Amino acid sequence: MTSVFESVGLIFLQLFEQTGLWFRMLWRTIVWTFRPPFEFSSWLKQMVRVGVESTPVVFLTTMFTGMVFALETYEGFHRVHAENFVGSAVALSMLRELSPVLVGLMVTGRVGSSMAAEIGTMRVTEQIDALKALATDPIQYLFVPRVIAGVIMLPFLVVLGDALGIGGGYLVAVKLLGSNGLIYEQNTFQYLGMADLWAGVIKAATFGLILTLTGCTRGYYTSGGAEGVGRSTTQAVVSASLTILLTDFFLTKLLL
Amino acid sequence: MNNGQPIISLQNVEKSLGGRPVLRGMTIDIAKGESVVIVGGSGQGKSVTLKHIIGLMQPDSGHVYVMGQDLCCMETRELNTFRQHFGMAFQEGALFDSMNVFENIAFPLRRHTKMTEEEIRARVEECLNQVHLHGVETKRPSELSGGMRRRVGFARAISLKPDILLFDEPTTGLDPVISDVIADLIVEMDQTLNSTTVSITHDMKVAFKIADRVAMLFHGKIIEEGTPDQFQRSQNPMVQQFIEGRAEGPLTE
Repeated sequence: MTSVFESVGLIFLQLFEQTGLWFRMLWRTIVWTFRPPFEFSSWLKQMVRVGVESTPVVFLTTMFTGMVFALETYEGFHRVHAENFVGSAVALSMLRELSPVLVGLMVTGRVGSSMAAEIGTMRVTEQIDALKALATDPIQYLFVPRVIAGVIMLPFLVVLGDALGIGGGYLVAVKLLGSNGLIYEQNTFQYLGMADLWAGVIKAATFGLILTLTGCTRGYYTSGGAEGVGRSTTQAVVSASLTILLTDFFLTKLLL
Repeated sequence: MNNGQPIISLQNVEKSLGGRPVLRGMTIDIAKGESVVIVGGSGQGKSVTLKHIIGLMQPDSGHVYVMGQDLCCMETRELNTFRQHFGMAFQEGALFDSMNVFENIAFPLRRHTKMTEEEIRARVEECLNQVHLHGVETKRPSELSGGMRRRVGFARAISLKPDILLFDEPTTGLDPVISDVIADLIVEMDQTLNSTTVSITHDMKVAFKIADRVAMLFHGKIIEEGTPDQFQRSQNPMVQQFIEGRAEGPLTE
């Protein structure tokens, strides 16, 4: 019996420890963001990596989600003769929910994992120690550009995803299922407000922060050689994904 | 040998890692310009000692003084700046694999000096000449042999003309000939740069070649120190066992 309590307690302890660590790294990253030297070239490099190089993945994910969503809702709405609202349903759910979450999860898999692996490898090959020995703070040199890239680029990816999702929905509803294009277009934007777009953008920036900082932190605290790097990478993806899903609920509640 | 204040001084440093005591009252003074080699078996705390000297680790108790300043009382930022006095060569070179050789050596120059691109180019070439490497500027660290990686690591370590040079196992994993070449190089660098050098190794041949003074670390403490001659003639059975590399003896009991 005691051992059950013990292991449950241990899980909670680890959870608190990791959360505390995450916020400590967040604080250090914020502090170092405003200290010179500012390495704009490496900020830019990371932005390309997080943003530009993620567009193909975002393209496929959101476009097909929009298409599937239109297909499913059409089928459902058809039963209650509300086909006209397919456009609204697709647009609203893409903007507020699907695009941010899906983009967040996909970029976690693509970028969060590679950051954990990269920084983890630097840790086990003493490159992090070498940075410090060369009088360079690893938080400033490694974390700041990556986290900034995440916070700035995720909103762009999500807006792109919004457009692609809506476009995909249009294709399916109009070209495949034969809805009236003009009415579909009207319905898409009729119930949409700027608040919906902003809700998605705020989520995107938050998810960008979560996935990059988690990736960096997991990598930074890697120990145990190649196996350790593998472990960090997995942990980065799992914990960033879960955090994104949890945060999404609370953000949705907050932004409704 | 000692005149005035030591440039590096470890006083009763204790450090445990993962609950296991590694350093247990480590005390050593190193004078300016001296070349000290700390020898000892694996897991005796050599690397940990070196990391304390450059402030990559903080002692659980005890003090580390460098140039009269206590490292444990420094803020992160202060410590960062202070590290410009050091050049550290890591075991496997620890070159940044996202950069080529030139960028690796130029890295500290770009960050900590106001040198122009031309001056940086000249300084990098000078550093590479110092370690007898030519025409490798555009190579990636993964394209270099173990010995070359270390030399590039040396070149990067000396690029800011540091007062103190630290060598972490400079010859481990290299063949005997290259080891000797590296040892010669360290002696040469020590002389031309006129810096204080602290190296750790378990290769006694290398240690005797580069040291003004050899110190042996066992169970987290210095158990013997002296000039290479004195060290070789030490009556301490542990020292003799280590020098001769015997399996039986007080070290392995």
